[in-house]
Amino acid sequence: MKTVLVGLGTCGISAGGEKVFRALQEELKEHPGAFELKETGCIGMCYREPLVEIQDGDGESHLYAEVTPERVGRIIEEDVLGGTNIDEWLALGNGREAGFFDNQVRIVLRNSGVIDPGSIEEYIARDGYKAVRKVLTEMTPETVIGEVLASGLRGRGGGGFPTGKKWEFTRASAGDKKYIICNADEGDPGAFMDRSVLESDPHSVLEGMMIAGFAIGADDAYIYCRAEYPKAIARLRQAISQAQRRGLLGDNILDTGFNFHIKIKEGAGAFVCGEETALIASIEGRRGMPRFRPPFPAVSGLWGKPTNINNVETFANIPWILLNGGAAFAAYGTENSKGTKVFAMAGKVRRTGLIEVPMGLTINSIIFDVCGGIIDDKRFKAVQMGGPSGGCIPAEMCELSVDYQEVNKTGAIMGSGGLIVMDETTCMVDVAKFFLTFTQAESCGKCTFCRIGTKRMLEILERITDGQGTMEDLDNLSELSEQIRSASLCGLGQTAPNPVITTLKYFRDEYVAHIVDKKCPAHVCTPLLTYTINDLCNGCTACARACPTAAITGERKQMHYLDQDLCIKCGKCFTVCRFDAVVKD
Amino acid sequence: MAEQHSEEFKQFNVDLWKFDGHEGALIPLLQSAQDTYGYVPEKAIHYISNVTGIPSAEIYGVVTFYAQFRTRPLGKNIIRVCNGTACHVNGVKMLYSTLQEELGINYEETTEDGQFSLVSVACIGCCSLAPVLTINGEVFGRLTAAKTRKIFRDFKSRSKATDQ
Repeated sequence: MKTVLVGLGTCGISAGGEKVFRALQEELKEHPGAFELKETGCIGMCYREPLVEIQDGDGESHLYAEVTPERVGRIIEEDVLGGTNIDEWLALGNGREAGFFDNQVRIVLRNSGVIDPGSIEEYIARDGYKAVRKVLTEMTPETVIGEVLASGLRGRGGGGFPTGKKWEFTRASAGDKKYIICNADEGDPGAFMDRSVLESDPHSVLEGMMIAGFAIGADDAYIYCRAEYPKAIARLRQAISQAQRRGLLGDNILDTGFNFHIKIKEGAGAFVCGEETALIASIEGRRGMPRFRPPFPAVSGLWGKPTNINNVETFANIPWILLNGGAAFAAYGTENSKGTKVFAMAGKVRRTGLIEVPMGLTINSIIFDVCGGIIDDKRFKAVQMGGPSGGCIPAEMCELSVDYQEVNKTGAIMGSGGLIVMDETTCMVDVAKFFLTFTQAESCGKCTFCRIGTKRMLEILERITDGQGTMEDLDNLSELSEQIRSASLCGLGQTAPNPVITTLKYFRDEYVAHIVDKKCPAHVCTPLLTYTINDLCNGCTACARACPTAAITGERKQMHYLDQDLCIKCGKCFTVCRFDAVVKD
Repeated sequence: MAEQHSEEFKQFNVDLWKFDGHEGALIPLLQSAQDTYGYVPEKAIHYISNVTGIPSAEIYGVVTFYAQFRTRPLGKNIIRVCNGTACHVNGVKMLYSTLQEELGINYEETTEDGQFSLVSVACIGCCSLAPVLTINGEVFGRLTAAKTRKIFRDFKSRSKATDQ
């Protein structure tokens, strides 16, 4: 029998996946038993959602993209019942869309978009919980840590600390009570890897946590998840109770005497809680403010006990590594960055969504080969990596490979994997201001330089984008950046100036254009824009009618005139003009 | 509606009763209070303080630290506009100005009739569909000014219809 799968991650749902699912349910009522209907997670092609996959039952499958409820009838009629593919609606043509999957290696995303995340049976059928069984029955904590060390896996949350080392430290810490925490407080604006993994394959994260618990000697664990991810939280709750019912979580797991309990803590919305000591403070019920390290959480963490914190993607790698061996993982990647990395692609790139590529691929290859290049073939300007702690890498440098050291050399950081692609219509000063607005609002207020310094930097950037900046402002920005970097306690403050430092370094000419020429080259900063009407105007009066301040005057069928003194630069005339007669500069 | 409210009120009560002296219960209790009332009213802070022994001032400090907690009620319908990086780059400004025009309010404000609140959020993780907004939790993506206006007006007429 054929199986019909609908992608119902948050991306699928927001593109209308649920309506498609309901339409398919109706079809199933009309043709009872004609096919099996299932939901699945995110396959990564968010740009073609809603996606519907038809599995023939003999291993063959094909994928329909941008499915609407109206298209469902024909898909059932012609394809599922009739056996003929509807070629014009297929997402991947014959097999796969060129390049998108060919350059990917899917370890973390091995089950995403393949299994029903609500079904533990499907996870088990794809070797799920096999790794933890092997660990509990055949291995010792030392050999588990040895395998993780051999894999070369580094923390995927942004820090890049070797995971095996972290486990070793926590294991070596004195104390009979230890904790595992999964950091699912994915706060970087522009990153959605962890959300997608939790929604599409929650059991792999639970299994990774169990293995970590066995390795360091912990029996209690927390998942700290953003409250903004309701679907992910629901999936986790469901997965935990399924695993408990099967005896895979709880006391005496698989009759080995190993106990492991996982609780979910919903975050309450604070970016700084991604920092591990702040996260611990938040679980303990206090304001999420970081504290001085050492002692590191590996020595004194949650409730003062040794605690091991890893993020979602790190844990999702673990079962695969234990099943296939550390060497198999280390076979991918570069000298000091092993394995694969998941990237959330967004911005001005054609194929937005989730990809997983081996470390060492170049950024250009990710953007052009995997993700199909820039929308409307505009000029590729820069890529932003690492969220508010990261930086902008200019297009000229994008031959560099994805590797912790290589990326750090540019002033950006690998971060958790958000990749925002920018084209000629993105203003780099505006981007720097955007990130400063974010970090300034999210600073917990503990360190003076972070609390007040980011505010002062933001004020300077606002002045510049308002056309009131001076060249001296640029020196002040550099000086403040250095002070904030060196005088802040946690990662948030230390890295907050990075977006400004990198844009000043690579796009200084744009700052200068704002200050000296009073122009925004990308036409983004409103106060620096001027709208004029040229002789292509045929007097259709559309702009004059749209103008809220009556700044545009002119007779019908005569060229119109725009009064700069009355213009509030709202851009409505520019939007309504169909004759390219309104010019924005 | 009134019945449902008392049902929810019981839930907050139950959560307070279930408090077992465990540290770390404060934030879940505040989340329960907010689920019940739609915001964290002062009386909830005092209830929690009485039950847990944590000083009200400290609880207030926690409430104001986290973006999730509100000390004032929101409108009946909540429109959240994503201000993540991808949405910013893909033109969330135009989306915001469209909603400003439709509602006559700015971010963090509520319409006079109490029907709509406009909230800015950091990132809801739908970056590949940027720019996005949510109305009462339902996500709408790949928005343009025209699409935003249509979604909002459709929603408004639907909610009016159910009210009557």
